[in-house]
Amino acid sequence: MPKAKVTFADVDVTLTVPAGTRLIEVSEKVGAGITYGCREGECATCLTKVVSGAEHLAAPSVLEDQVLKDSFAPRGHRLACQAQVLGGEIVVKPA
Amino acid sequence: MVSSSSRAIEIAPGIHWVGAFDSDLRSFDLILRTANGTSYNAYTVRGETGVAVIDTVKESFAGDFFARLESVCNYGEITTVVVNHLEPDHSGALPELLRRAPQAEVCLSIRAPLMLKALLRSAETMPRGFRTVTTGDSVDLGGRTLAFLHTPYLHWPDTQCTYLGELGILFSGDVFGCHFCDPRLFNDRVGDFRFSFEYYYGHIMRPFRTHVAKALDLIEPLDLSIVAPAHGPVLRHGPRDYIKRYRELATARLINEAGGEKTLLVFYLSAYGNTRRMADAVRAGAETVDGLRVSLYDLEGVEPSSFVDLIEEADGFALGSPTINGDGVKPVWDLLSSLTAIGVTGKLGAAFGSYGWSGEAVEMIEHRLRGLKFRVPVSGLKVKLAPTDAELTQCRDFGRQLAETLTRPVSLND
Repeated sequence: MPKAKVTFADVDVTLTVPAGTRLIEVSEKVGAGITYGCREGECATCLTKVVSGAEHLAAPSVLEDQVLKDSFAPRGHRLACQAQVLGGEIVVKPA
Repeated sequence: MVSSSSRAIEIAPGIHWVGAFDSDLRSFDLILRTANGTSYNAYTVRGETGVAVIDTVKESFAGDFFARLESVCNYGEITTVVVNHLEPDHSGALPELLRRAPQAEVCLSIRAPLMLKALLRSAETMPRGFRTVTTGDSVDLGGRTLAFLHTPYLHWPDTQCTYLGELGILFSGDVFGCHFCDPRLFNDRVGDFRFSFEYYYGHIMRPFRTHVAKALDLIEPLDLSIVAPAHGPVLRHGPRDYIKRYRELATARLINEAGGEKTLLVFYLSAYGNTRRMADAVRAGAETVDGLRVSLYDLEGVEPSSFVDLIEEADGFALGSPTINGDGVKPVWDLLSSLTAIGVTGKLGAAFGSYGWSGEAVEMIEHRLRGLKFRVPVSGLKVKLAPTDAELTQCRDFGRQLAETLTRPVSLND
């Protein structure tokens, strides 16, 4: 199974995870500062800045895209509860 | 309602308090009590080319706010509205302010637009000019520069601080605030309000201790003459004392006592000694793992809320409860309901217990632990009435699994 290397920049922790993993599945376990609310892609509490490697995340769903738009999220931001890694190296930090 | 003294109060040259006093309030947000009410602090900053309004007040006090605002500026002069925090006690007069000063640019944190939209109720009423700001961004008012500090989760995702560098004034939002109402306004004039300051931190900021620490990293290096919070006295005498106190409160207190080991707390309640025997075995199993300090406590012996401090500093805790009338027993729920006062996200939680007939307590506790954002990687353990030797072995294995989960590197399976 393809792997991805995810770095949570605020706590300087890097993990290797299987493709398909959502950021929410690992960020709390490593103590990263991304905070969650609904965990279902609606509240935007987990808005996260993708520092690099955005191309290695699955494209946002229609729902996530709408929530990002409603939140006036700047480019390069995703919802950590929705964003799935595909491979490569990704660096994220709390928005 | 407009109070008898609806004049703005100058806190520094060209800088005015334009908030409101709410001396009748005795309960705030359902969770806080007040001894003499609170204040909703809003401020204006006058520069050579414009006036900034920093925060507003609760909607029912808008009359006071606008009266004070009009005593220091015309609406046409307002070029900037800074929203440090969108909770209704600070944004209640914002929609009306934007109607009166539609030319103003609204500066708010990157996390705030979604909430602003909800506050203003429809996209059509969103201000024409608003921009999201973060650390490093600033607004030039002509000889007065407002710099923004990104300080989320103090105590909402949207919170930020605003710093007026020329005068060393920090408009801190709820940080360093308290629910204390005294029209003398300044900390060197209102008398001793420490009880309120500490109480406010304990109920509002404490759950976000790690975010407080990050914010202090940004605030401590600043030159400060005044800290102007969104509630309570304006801190012009010894402002750094309050910042130092926040640092003390936000710093983990048991680093030396834990000696670098991980810590696991085992709590139990036991009517006939069965859950206690399980707890003893859980502890014994956990203690077989190096690098972990285990402590065992009977919840019957102390008020459950007394254990909140311990859990705040611990890496994990296991909770043993019998099932009585199809439920966990009340002290368990009292303890769990006390944990909203601290940050527990990502800590390890676990449940176990003896039962007579149905044994619902363990699953109910696990469900609540997950709701509180504990991780619950080891399934709970139930034993019918008195544990057998084999079941006590299971309890020791359960404790060992908890210990190994705490002491090994994080795994995706946790």
